[in-house]
Amino acid sequence: MKRGLAVYAVFAYAFLHVPLLILAIFSFNSSKFAVWESFSFQWYRAVAADANLIESSVNSLIIAIVATAAATIIGTLAAYGLWKKGSAWLSGSLYLSLVTPEIVTGVSLLALFQWIFRFAHLRLGMHTVILAHVGFSLAYVVVVVLARLRSYDRTLEEAALDLGATEFGAFYRVTLPYLAPAIAAAAMLAFTVSIDDYVITSLVAGVDSQTLPMVIYTMARRGVNPALNAVSTLLVFGLGMLILLSERFRKA
Amino acid sequence: MFRRRGPAPVNTKTLRNIFLAPTAILTAITMLAPLAIIVVYSLLTRGAYVGVELPWTIENFTRLWDPVYGIIFLRSFWIAAVATTLCLVLGFPLAMFIARSGPRKNLYLSLVILPFWTSFLIRTYAWMFLLRDTGIINSALQALRIIREPLPLLYNDGAVILGLVYGFLPFMVLPLYATLERLDPSLLEAAADLGARPWDTLVRVTLPLCAPGIRAGAILVFIPCLGTYLTSDLLGGSKTVLIGNLVQNQFTASRDWPFGAALSLALMAIAIGLLFAVRNRGEGLL
Repeated sequence: MKRGLAVYAVFAYAFLHVPLLILAIFSFNSSKFAVWESFSFQWYRAVAADANLIESSVNSLIIAIVATAAATIIGTLAAYGLWKKGSAWLSGSLYLSLVTPEIVTGVSLLALFQWIFRFAHLRLGMHTVILAHVGFSLAYVVVVVLARLRSYDRTLEEAALDLGATEFGAFYRVTLPYLAPAIAAAAMLAFTVSIDDYVITSLVAGVDSQTLPMVIYTMARRGVNPALNAVSTLLVFGLGMLILLSERFRKA
Repeated sequence: MFRRRGPAPVNTKTLRNIFLAPTAILTAITMLAPLAIIVVYSLLTRGAYVGVELPWTIENFTRLWDPVYGIIFLRSFWIAAVATTLCLVLGFPLAMFIARSGPRKNLYLSLVILPFWTSFLIRTYAWMFLLRDTGIINSALQALRIIREPLPLLYNDGAVILGLVYGFLPFMVLPLYATLERLDPSLLEAAADLGARPWDTLVRVTLPLCAPGIRAGAILVFIPCLGTYLTSDLLGGSKTVLIGNLVQNQFTASRDWPFGAALSLALMAIAIGLLFAVRNRGEGLL
């Protein structure tokens, strides 16, 4: 039984990891085709020379950084507020945002923005993408931070209050340091969902706010392009580094 | 829902309300207002070029009963159900392996979570690279002279299901692992002492005790699979039209926003209905 499970697990892990591994290996293939020829960096050079890819990567980074910062701060405050006293309304709408299919979130935001544009001289662009990203990553932040608050000893804060701290002082100097690892994890999660999102972003982005996933998607639909393997490897590698860094940070 | 214990600290209302305000405003803008707009749009008439016009109508909802769309709903259900079942069947032994692997548990668990942190889009593209006519699998089989013409591996329902299972397997393994890990081993020993074979123990002891994990995993996989857009578009090609693709199409190429809005509401109603149907009191994320 145990041996059987171990053999099975090897296959399951292979299923989970080999496809990405193959993608990474073939990003160093000199041939345009899916047959190994020789080792080469040419597709990485092609990526570096592609203005479209570079510009969209910069857009993606700006959006992810701004949206992560906003969602992390706002979501942490909300988690703390909900921990003090629950709010069925707010929990309900956050839960709703987690279970709403992405495509529905996307089209309904598009419908809202188009309706607002009837009255205001605005267009789809970075701002609409950032607003959408803050909106959908907020619930993730609240869930992660609230989970940590559940194991928090309420008397610590009460002690701070008894010793003369203001309410905000007790939050800022006692509770917040305790929450730091969860806040870092929440920020990581918000960053990854933001940098990776295609479905919602493609609906609310303007012509001048193409993101990396949008460019990757268009390239993938068009067909074989080894440069795409190189971009993918860079993105997966970049996100992997970020996770390792955040783990280090969390343990330190 | 969090329940407070012990006495309340004095005068915490103001700070709490200030802290909740930004989230309240943001969810109102990015969640509730869009939903309200969708409800209104679903009751209006399609505009001449784009958008919506008066008069009010319920025609968008009556159109949902058209068999053309009924088939798309049924196919989406079918594909999501197959993907969820496969995730359960493939994920259960893996979760069991991790739960029983002692000190190396955390390493094995992070190997499951790792793909979750890498891009979903890239993971879907990886399968395009493997499955397409000029992809790795077909190239290898042709080089080995096993086949002459490439096998049609991509752009069919099988490829969509494969992509969904690959994408959502971690969502199934995590809750299963959480329940299996808490399982009291003495219960399994008791079953064995009383003469149960390993298979009997699995079916009559382990599985029933894992019900909460199975339920959580099934929900976490089924709902996103039902509304999938990306996987079916990239791996299913133009042949695989599921609810998600249908909704997207109404808001882009077809320019029928009111009908797209009605479809979105139907999809949400199904998702929320399912959540309520399998809900277990005392479980919940928020």
